[in-house]
Amino acid sequence: MKSIKELEEIRKKTLDTINIRRDRTGTRIVVGMATCGIAAGARPVLLTVMDEVKKNNLSDVAVAQTGCIGMCRLEPLVEVYRPGEDKVTYVKVTSAKALRIVNEHVMQGKIVDEYTIGAEDK
Amino acid sequence: MKELSLHILDLVQNSIAAEATLVELSIEEDFIKDLLTIDIVDNGKGMSKEFLQKVKDPFVTSRTTRRVGLGVPLMLAACKQCDGDLEISSELNVGTRLKAYFKHSHIDRVPLGNMVETMISLILCSTYTDYLYKHYIISKAAETFEFCFDTREVKQVLGDDIALSEPDVLNWIKDYITEGLSNIGGGV
Repeated sequence: MKSIKELEEIRKKTLDTINIRRDRTGTRIVVGMATCGIAAGARPVLLTVMDEVKKNNLSDVAVAQTGCIGMCRLEPLVEVYRPGEDKVTYVKVTSAKALRIVNEHVMQGKIVDEYTIGAEDK
Repeated sequence: MKELSLHILDLVQNSIAAEATLVELSIEEDFIKDLLTIDIVDNGKGMSKEFLQKVKDPFVTSRTTRRVGLGVPLMLAACKQCDGDLEISSELNVGTRLKAYFKHSHIDRVPLGNMVETMISLILCSTYTDYLYKHYIISKAAETFEFCFDTREVKQVLGDDIALSEPDVLNWIKDYITEGLSNIGGGV
């Protein structure tokens, strides 16, 4: 049975690690979550990204959501901002694609070219 | 949309855009009246009478990127196809209330779907907003089962230092809602 008391433990555990990452400016992963994105399947993508970031302990990576990015026909859209690099927009993202984006682009810096908006328009 | 929980995720984002600090979401599954009710109440900035009158029109939206807004019209269509309806009331600077009804057993009613993912996504959307989620089941034997999740309670335990978006906290919330909903047999 889950109880609110367990949160006390989580609080203590998290407080130790939180200070380390506060002042880092790391990578941001943004998922488009307007009506168009949600209808196209953005919710599982957001949660997959979140789980993968947690699983790999990527403590300097922020996962966020945003409204309509503007290309509804290409939703779900995911944008990756790595410090000092250009923004990369991925289109028609699924959970499986999201795993590769986190593992290859976010963690190793290798852009997954075939999922980018540039590849889609060719 | 394939799930009602996706409509909820979409519509609550209107509350977040309206700068609500508290969103109360109640889902009631009444098997006696064969009625599913989704009630969303926020304390955001509300809508003017003129905007409220035309809010169900797909060509009305508050966003600036495009001239269509489909969140409310899609929910209205989902309600209408299940002998239900959508009621919206609002007052400027007070908030907005949105009530959606469905015939619970209607063949065209899509499943409520994954409310856990919807709540987690909403918390990720805006940790600034508090959510009170209540889920009621009224069984054929007239028994009422209730599940309640309140982010204000969670924040009280966590204090100001730890955000709800911390992975460990989100995981706890995920398990808490999953367990709570399965205990009352809700979410179909």
